[in-house]
Amino acid sequence: MKIYFARFIELVGGDPQADRAVPPTGFTARLTLFTAGAMAFLAVFALALSLATGRLADRWASELARTSTLRISAPDDQVDAQVRAALQVLETTPGVAAARALTPDEQRALLAPWFGPDLPVEDLPIPQLVEIIEDADGYDPTGLRARLQAEVPGAVLDDHTRWREPMIAAAGRLRSLGWIALILIAASTAAMITLAAQAALAANAQVIRVMRLVGARDIYIARAFVRRFTLRALAGAAIGTTTGLFAVWLLPSADVAGGFLTGLGYQGLHWFLPLFIPPLAALVAFFATRAAALRTLREQS
Amino acid sequence: MIDLDNVAYSYGGAELFSQVKLNLAAGSFHFLTGPSGAGKTTLLKLCYGELQATGGQVRLFGEDAATMDRDAVAMARRRIGVVHQDCQFLDHLPLTENIALPLTVSGREAEAEANLDDLMGWVGLRAQARQLPPQLSGGERQRAALARAVIMSPDVIIADEPTGNVDWEMSQRLLKLLIELNKMGKTVLIATHDMNLIRAAKSQVTTRVLRLKDRRLMQAGVEL
Repeated sequence: MKIYFARFIELVGGDPQADRAVPPTGFTARLTLFTAGAMAFLAVFALALSLATGRLADRWASELARTSTLRISAPDDQVDAQVRAALQVLETTPGVAAARALTPDEQRALLAPWFGPDLPVEDLPIPQLVEIIEDADGYDPTGLRARLQAEVPGAVLDDHTRWREPMIAAAGRLRSLGWIALILIAASTAAMITLAAQAALAANAQVIRVMRLVGARDIYIARAFVRRFTLRALAGAAIGTTTGLFAVWLLPSADVAGGFLTGLGYQGLHWFLPLFIPPLAALVAFFATRAAALRTLREQS
Repeated sequence: MIDLDNVAYSYGGAELFSQVKLNLAAGSFHFLTGPSGAGKTTLLKLCYGELQATGGQVRLFGEDAATMDRDAVAMARRRIGVVHQDCQFLDHLPLTENIALPLTVSGREAEAEANLDDLMGWVGLRAQARQLPPQLSGGERQRAALARAVIMSPDVIIADEPTGNVDWEMSQRLLKLLIELNKMGKTVLIATHDMNLIRAAKSQVTTRVLRLKDRRLMQAGVEL
């Protein structure tokens, strides 16, 4: 274990002499820089997607879980009586914290996205909606439905379960997709950097032969490549992350867009999370190059 | 120093040589001759751990080369200075850094300053110190390779056709350097086709001449 730790420290530690022994190779340097930058840019968006869908799922879960809607459909002359009866039932139902009938303005606002703001709600046979707020324990929907059926025949209870759960599940899957995208980005980065490192090692076969001839250990030769690729990946990812964050910052805010899947950006402390992308990219490059270098050196002997 | 005991080497199913016995004792001077393709370079590579024998046992400084890990082989190579016919250098580094490379990779670069100037003078390359390897002539490259091979003060010097690309005068100069090293107690093994070189050496130092032919290593005859 001590040996491995010592070797790790050897690899991390810089050695200008070892670095000088390997000539800079333009193609692999540019490839690593570009790959790390592009992947970091994508990672910023994948992370934003994950965080945004997570927030969305949480919001739907918390906001909708505690509310229900009672829809009362009855002839015009019976609506008020049925609403009063329903409110009485709800007041005496354990688990219901508050219940109130929506005003015509509120009902108009709900329908405005579909029918426009000037809809004459009073003149249309639109059911009266009653908003139910649950307390922490919640109510028994089966029992409440039975009581309403007996006392308010025109009432239909909608506890949102029917459409809330699929939406939360969808948001959860979107979040998972975001994380999978991040993993794929990391894997792609590792693969690209491995290829670049292998190309660099192949291009420097003579350098490696000479260094071996004079007694260089594999770890010494690998270190020159590993350090170089790690620093390139760090620099590329820093550029990509900065560009990605700027692009996310330019996205329209949730309040302005006001849509359903809004807020695909970072909020609060989440803005700091992408700062971990460059060091993570460097870590990926470190292990990918190390594995490629040591494997290639073994194969070349 | 280096022992080969009944060593065989096969490549692609074909046996290059077998039953090779060779003992490079401290301070000895050996020439290895033989026709092209006999396996001289391969035999040298076995002696400095670049290849593994397919039969028998190679011992580098008392250790069985077959059981040595890669780090141990690298450490053994620091005790063996190798000069190739096609001297390979790091073409992007100046000559001084190339010659100091064995010290650099061993973490002993501080010693380079003390030894380098004398060494460059010894091989007559002071004026070329800042030049890049591609700017050197064949003879200069050979001398630079020799300087690099000895900068660590190795116990053994192995040279593969060190005079192959140089004129007679330069080959005599290289031979003189190798004999000087041998007189300092270094073990020297030179693979060469150059019989004149061997004759010249025999007049100055006690040498053992070996011939690799028909897959066997034998003591060369007096015709040399």
